[in-house]
Amino acid sequence: MSQLSVKHLLGIKYITAADIELIFKTADSFKEVINRPIKRVPTLRDTTIVNLFFENSTRTRISFELAEKRLSADVLNFSASASSVSKGETLIDTVNNILAMKVDMVVMRHPAPGAPMFLAKHVDTQVINAGDGTHEHPTQALLDAYSIREKLGSVKGKKVAIIGDIRHSRVALSNIFCLQKLGADVTLCGPPTLMPQFVETLGVKVSNNIRETLEWCDVANVLRIQMERQETRYFPSIREYAMYYGIDRKMLDGLKKEIVLMHPGPINRGVEISSDAADSGHSIILDQVENGVAIRMAVLYLLSGRKS
Amino acid sequence: MAQRVLFDTQRFNITVTRLSHQLLENHGDFANACIVGIQPRGVFLAQRIHNYLSKLLKRDIAFGKLDNTFYRDDFRSSDKQLTPSQTEMNFTVENKTVILVDDVMYTGRTIRAAMDALLDFGRPKKVELLVLVERRFSRELPIQPDYVGLYVDSIAEEKVRVDWKEQGDDDKIVMVPINKP
Repeated sequence: MSQLSVKHLLGIKYITAADIELIFKTADSFKEVINRPIKRVPTLRDTTIVNLFFENSTRTRISFELAEKRLSADVLNFSASASSVSKGETLIDTVNNILAMKVDMVVMRHPAPGAPMFLAKHVDTQVINAGDGTHEHPTQALLDAYSIREKLGSVKGKKVAIIGDIRHSRVALSNIFCLQKLGADVTLCGPPTLMPQFVETLGVKVSNNIRETLEWCDVANVLRIQMERQETRYFPSIREYAMYYGIDRKMLDGLKKEIVLMHPGPINRGVEISSDAADSGHSIILDQVENGVAIRMAVLYLLSGRKS
Repeated sequence: MAQRVLFDTQRFNITVTRLSHQLLENHGDFANACIVGIQPRGVFLAQRIHNYLSKLLKRDIAFGKLDNTFYRDDFRSSDKQLTPSQTEMNFTVENKTVILVDDVMYTGRTIRAAMDALLDFGRPKKVELLVLVERRFSRELPIQPDYVGLYVDSIAEEKVRVDWKEQGDDDKIVMVPINKP
């Protein structure tokens, strides 16, 4: 097994455990590359990649751009706010116009769930999903699982809690698929209003008690409260959320065993996680960021070299 | 056509020892030289030579493993996707003499890629090439080895394979026919 089973990376749902292992193994090599004095390899020097961002992003866009540049690809950046999208151009027209200029690969973030699948069906290029609405964010899940593997040796058999705003989180859904494919146990924890209905059917446990959840888990992946998606009041106040579901240092120190703390960023300090917890020895938040570049290099490398 | 053994274990080990001594002749105490094995199988040979010389000189010689996957020119043209191995270079090669080590030299393309990979770790004073098997008359690039274990003249329908104890085989060099479907 030396190539991915898919042509596009649209979501973790569509790839196999063997694909994930291959991505991890390749990322090991790229992690070594990005820690060299000269952090660049010439592998994709014949490839042009466009980063299409129809939604705001800092770290994912920078991480993808850096991964592309480390592989010597030519990089185009596109953000919807400064483009013809605001003049009413359709998604397929926008992308086909870009592809007509001989672009080889598309990395896309879009607010509409399913947009990358739609695009993959209608244009003749490889598509990488960099987050589609509340659906999936595959590279984030890959780098999260990769960081767990790096910290704890493996993902299989580990107990992972995903805590916070599950309802609006594409990170949660991709993480559930990824962790389950790698053989981890997953518990979701958050207020009932932020828990999607029937989420148990995915084979995860659901809890509303943060202390119990933290006692149970080896790894706590804390999600951001998505202020921009709180048009309905899902909880009475930020302060109340922080009181019931916020994690602080005292809480971590009170646990029977040491747990690993993760966060996909950006952090709302003092809401889902306090500063003393986020900056403590438990936290591998900055390792996640570093691993993100290696994982994205691996995905770009494997998709680009794939024989159809 | 069956496989043909070119070197059995005994000849194999004599040759590895001879190559080690040739290096010793040129580099003395290895004060400014390092041995770098090309992944995956060049590393086995490099490791053997390194162990032998370190024991003989009673000092540790700088040793690295180099993977050239990301520098290859057949990234998309080969049948199988290329899977990288680990690079372990814990030193820079700035102003050092580097002895690149590989098992079989054929077209020269592997060595070209390895040299590119090597230059990302500094500007070496000199690069030398040591190979266990040199398949003559099949070069596609103007690259020649400095130290050779065995010269083999073969046709394109044959493949020279080196078996290693590290991979669970007896040490040997064999010539095998390539099965065409």
